[in-house]
Amino acid sequence: MESAILKTENLSAFFGSQCVIKSVNLEFPKNNVTAIMGPSGCGKTTLIRCMNRMHELVPGASTSGKILLNDEDLNAINPILVRRKVGMVFQRPNPFPTMSIYDNVIAGYKLNGIRKKRAEFDRIVEESLKKAALWDEVKNTLHRKGTFLSGGQQQRLCIARALAMNPEAILLDEPTSALDPKATSLIEELIGELEKSITIIIVTHNTAQAARISEYTAFMYLGEMVEFGNTEKLFTVPKHKKTEEYLTGKFG
Amino acid sequence: MVDNGVSFRIFKDNLFKWSLVLVSFLATVPLFLILFYVAKNGISSFSWTFITHLPKPPGEAGGGILNGIVGTLLLIGWSSLLSIPLGITLGLYLSEFREGFFSYWVRLCIDVLQGTPSVVIGIVAYAWIVITMGGFSLFSGGVALSLIMVPMIVKATEETLKLIPSALKEASLALGVSYSKTIFKVIIPSGLSGIVTGILLGVARVAGETAPLLFTAFGNPFVNWNPLKPVSALPILIFNYASSPFPEWHQLAWGASLFLVTIVLLLNAVSRVVIRKWKVQF
Amino acid sequence: MKSEPTFKGILYLSAASTIFLLAGLFFTLLRHSLPSLKAFGFGMFYRSVWNPVSGDFGAFPFIVGTLFTAFLALAFCTPFALAISLLLGEYWRGTTWSGILQTLIEVPAGIPSVIYGFWGLFLVVPLIRSLESKLHVAPYGVGIFTASVILSIMIIPYAASLMIETIKLVPYDLKEAAYSLGATRVEVIRNVVLPYARSGVFAGILLALGRALGETMAVTMVIGNSNFIPKSIFAPANTMASIIANEFTEASDPLHLSSLIEVGVLLFFLTMVINMIGKAIIRRTVSGAYG
Repeated sequence: MESAILKTENLSAFFGSQCVIKSVNLEFPKNNVTAIMGPSGCGKTTLIRCMNRMHELVPGASTSGKILLNDEDLNAINPILVRRKVGMVFQRPNPFPTMSIYDNVIAGYKLNGIRKKRAEFDRIVEESLKKAALWDEVKNTLHRKGTFLSGGQQQRLCIARALAMNPEAILLDEPTSALDPKATSLIEELIGELEKSITIIIVTHNTAQAARISEYTAFMYLGEMVEFGNTEKLFTVPKHKKTEEYLTGKFG
Repeated sequence: MVDNGVSFRIFKDNLFKWSLVLVSFLATVPLFLILFYVAKNGISSFSWTFITHLPKPPGEAGGGILNGIVGTLLLIGWSSLLSIPLGITLGLYLSEFREGFFSYWVRLCIDVLQGTPSVVIGIVAYAWIVITMGGFSLFSGGVALSLIMVPMIVKATEETLKLIPSALKEASLALGVSYSKTIFKVIIPSGLSGIVTGILLGVARVAGETAPLLFTAFGNPFVNWNPLKPVSALPILIFNYASSPFPEWHQLAWGASLFLVTIVLLLNAVSRVVIRKWKVQF
Repeated sequence: MKSEPTFKGILYLSAASTIFLLAGLFFTLLRHSLPSLKAFGFGMFYRSVWNPVSGDFGAFPFIVGTLFTAFLALAFCTPFALAISLLLGEYWRGTTWSGILQTLIEVPAGIPSVIYGFWGLFLVVPLIRSLESKLHVAPYGVGIFTASVILSIMIIPYAASLMIETIKLVPYDLKEAAYSLGATRVEVIRNVVLPYARSGVFAGILLALGRALGETMAVTMVIGNSNFIPKSIFAPANTMASIIANEFTEASDPLHLSSLIEVGVLLFFLTMVINMIGKAIIRRTVSGAYG
């Protein structure tokens, strides 16, 4: 296994007194796609929301245990910086409706109050949109509102927005669950392109998707990490009975 | 390179939050000042005589605000009489016929009426009643206040009745109950808390209205029950005595203010309780 | 089933009566302002002499007085209303503190206008008077500035209640997206929440303006009642509402009364237009037609 960029050590997460993730130990290898799958309510979304400290924004939410980003304790880093290093794309495409496509891409800079020269921003916008495979479709409408785009385009815009900050990893929370099959396969292709240069952690309840795009897969059930390993191995010879049951559609 | 600005940004974030807290609580200071002033200056005039006697001429201490209390009660009575049936019927109409050309115009008229400054309402009541009947009167004051109350009751009724699931109405109709009976026995009882709240808030509002009464009820140093004669009201009394040069009258005005504020705030508090306690769950 | 048509008939009748009521209201106001319209035409709106003794009526000073007072009051009230609505709609949403603050904000809306005027006369007027002597302007105490201060206190609840609602309507996933890019809360508010809620905030300010324009008693008691064009924001003046409240019952000359009613007509249309725009914006915002 390559060196791990993100690591969890006995990570537990709570909403109030309710424990939704139970003592999870995981290592996410660098520049690879890791899929987290499991039935709904198993804590997979909460897990990745811990990875960029979005979890704690929910009133009453807390965590215990450790998350390491490049061997540095995440809790010791300011959440603002964490989120800039670990980007996130959400279930439903959520471009800012008050901003143009251009402004959406550089929203991270604007929000963080980072000023750059116009040409520099132009370059970042073009680069990020190209990485998100959206450039050709929007290069002539950069200054229109992002809400005019189709759902799949909006989601790629959100990916471009996350990429523009040059994060070390991005977390994708079921990014294709709101999209049609065509838009979904475009995004999956894109993920395959991106993993060359960036670590991707994707949450999905679609086992076929996990099998298609990831090198490593983690299977979660009722807040516990049941199995983690090479995707091919996990899908062909699952070690745990639960994993096998899930993969064969016995539940979930 | 990134770390430099971060602590400053977090500082700004905290600064912003605490200035919001500061500014918000600053905005509540006038309320406390008003309540404090009214209570402090008004409490000393409070006595049994104060609410059972008429005001005394300037220069004489003591006296009461009986004419104002009776006048306000009569005005509330008249305006309720005129506005509650119409208000509820209209609210019912708007909740039953939500779409359509006619409903659109009715709703628009209610909106316009609600936004009309109370002083303009006073002019209208003056032109309609005072000129026609040849003098200021309790009745014209009641009409003016009812024009203010109607939109409030309509809105409250419409909003509550709209929330009642149509399944409830259909269930009643399916039992063979007539439309009007369904309305009176099923729909209105289910929305009663909202309607009562609207009426209470309407009463609280008109109890404190002054401007439209200046040219309708006009004011009266004596107790009057005759709907065709001028009548006093607490807010008129406060306005007249507050703008007078006599300290004894200022004292009366403070007492009347305390009385009025207490009533109005009590009505508001009761309406809150009503909406919470009586609310029918669907 | 015989009663059915009657019942629906009553509903229709009451609905029709509203339209007649409002039509009658329009008609009455216009008919009674006819004498002054005939005498002065539209001169009422730009002539600046108001003299009941000589029978000369131009309402320009009151239009100026109204706009000055109302906009100054808006300027005072907006920062407070905005701060309150951000706390209640964003920071403290659903907490105990928000319940307390919400109540403290709503109570002032129930206090009668005349009480504000009375209180203003005895507390705010002396305060402003000492402020004025420090600033070396004529220390009237009463005047536009005093009226605006009191007016702003009165309209905060109206502006804030709508702003709170619209700020609550900002979708959580947008704020979440901004947080995930590393923004602090204040940055999220400035770049996401406020731009998204701006039309609702504007509508809140408009509705508060509608209130401020028509507010009568409190203003009448502290504005100083001068029939001349105010020379500064500290000068005594009259608003359209306050001139009506002051002179209506004393107007024995029919032309005087008619002129006052014409001022009322102007006030009526002004508040109506502002309320309509405000409500139209609210409808558009709430129906979610965005982008």
